Amino acid sequence: MKSWRICSTPGGKGIFWVTLVLLTLTACVLSLGLGSVTLGPGEVVQALLSGDTGSTAGRIVHFVRLPRLCAALLCGSALAVSGMVIQTVLHNPLASPGVIGVNSSAGLAVALICAVAPSAQALSPLAAFLGALAGVGLVVGIAQSTGASRMTLVLAGVAVSNLLGACIDAVVTLVPEALTGITDFRIGGFSGVTMEALAPAAGMILPGIAAVLLLSREMDVLSLGEELAQSLGLRVRPVRFVLLMLAALLAGAAVSFAGLVGFVGLIVPHAMRRLVGEESLPLAAGSALGGACFVTVCDLLARTLFAPYELPVGIVLSFAGGPFFLWLLLRRRGGKG
Amino acid sequence: MIQLRNVSAGYGGAPVVRNVNLDFPAGQVTVLLGPNGSGKSTLVKAALGLLPAMEGEVLYDGRNIRELKPREIARNAAWLTQSRDTPSIQALKMVLHGRFPYSGYPRRYAREDYAIARAAMEATGSLPYENENVRTLSGGQRQSVYLAMTLAQDTPTVFMDEPTTYLDIRRQLEIMNTARKLASQGKAVVLVLHDIALALERADRVAVLREGELSCWDTPEAVFRSGVLQKTFRVGMERTDTPHGVRYYYTEEAE
Repeated sequence: MKSWRICSTPGGKGIFWVTLVLLTLTACVLSLGLGSVTLGPGEVVQALLSGDTGSTAGRIVHFVRLPRLCAALLCGSALAVSGMVIQTVLHNPLASPGVIGVNSSAGLAVALICAVAPSAQALSPLAAFLGALAGVGLVVGIAQSTGASRMTLVLAGVAVSNLLGACIDAVVTLVPEALTGITDFRIGGFSGVTMEALAPAAGMILPGIAAVLLLSREMDVLSLGEELAQSLGLRVRPVRFVLLMLAALLAGAAVSFAGLVGFVGLIVPHAMRRLVGEESLPLAAGSALGGACFVTVCDLLARTLFAPYELPVGIVLSFAGGPFFLWLLLRRRGGKG
Repeated sequence: MIQLRNVSAGYGGAPVVRNVNLDFPAGQVTVLLGPNGSGKSTLVKAALGLLPAMEGEVLYDGRNIRELKPREIARNAAWLTQSRDTPSIQALKMVLHGRFPYSGYPRRYAREDYAIARAAMEATGSLPYENENVRTLSGGQRQSVYLAMTLAQDTPTVFMDEPTTYLDIRRQLEIMNTARKLASQGKAVVLVLHDIALALERADRVAVLREGELSCWDTPEAVFRSGVLQKTFRVGMERTDTPHGVRYYYTEEAE
């Protein structure tokens, strides 16, 4: 794996991490400055430091772009880390929150709470987490009862995902006001997101990522296979359960404010595996940073490509992610990966 | 010492091995022989607690394995497995997993762990590629890295499930020499092998499994003379004296 070798030398590793951090910071700066109204770096910095919300620049930064930037960073890192954890725990590179139906089950929980108790929308991250957890449990349960092959898991996930998607449509059809922007929700996007709406999700995502990083050694051992992991003294069942809970927490929290954002949980961990290898600590950290950077860049493109019109970020993610993923696969098949 | 007492174990409620009594004494190489599906790997998993015994008990120094935590088991018995997932990580990092049973939170390996891991790699000849990605190594090199991980676990008993499969003859001999060296250090070494001749020449004790039952457990010479191998494998067995010692070989037809 040639690409891995680049990051296997101390110098290569250093360059990679510095580049990734700089890319993310650049994406953040551009995200705050660019849009239907372009703000210079000075205006952005002044608005951020002064906390001024009286000026036009201040209002744009504080009420529109900063919440969107935080949403993109949180959503990207949460989904990428969730995907990385799911792929590691299930020993399945095809698995991700979107593929195995975790996003859909979280989405259904959000749709239900919006339909049944619209006044309790602050609880939607919790509902999304519980929904995601139920989704993980359902898919893993189906796969294990049928032999737990990798393909069965993915197929079960696709079936559950479609079923839950139909349930979301049914809820929205019966209670049209439940999700006013159902199309945006289905594709995924950050328009209209506020800091207040993000706060509870952030309260789940940041500790969730920290917990995944703390459990990186356990994931390393688990990636050897469950029996070998157990022979090395790992309590496989509880560790696997906790990790799947964390994956559900992260995906659920992201879905609660961003909708059904696809691809991030699949392609970012894949790309990071190529770049940093499969040791869990750098892989989780790289996925968090890479996911944040990728979604921020895609959101920036979504807002600026056809400004003043805006695309849902999910469309840009699919346009950017699909070909990139195909390229990764073809490169691997060609023996160059 | 690990002892199996009337152990039955299997999958989904159906026993694969039945009523097995077997000891794995320290300082000896014990080889498990048996045709495909006779329950050798199942027996090893039961001895490691990976498969709970349906009946009977597995004793670690007299204590029932059910009383032991996974970490305690892992400090007593290491397992070189037959099938495994190979992650894309540096070989040294892989070998360090052998120190997992000794690591506490936050799971950072100490300098001593690195020294033990490197010593294990030295012992298996894998130190020259400590910085290589395990996935880029050949089958034989990978096996030596996995063996180093097993040795880094530093346990009184070492199980190796078909350690010589797919290896060239030089590496097969190296594995067998490593097994002998471990036994000479006082460890109990348990090998699952398919090569009957290699087993008879290299083992201190040979256990023969047939359709899930232990049909013989004795010295290689006694097992050879008992005729159980001929019955179990339906082959002929011969021995001959050579300048290099006694050599065993099998023939296609049972006598």
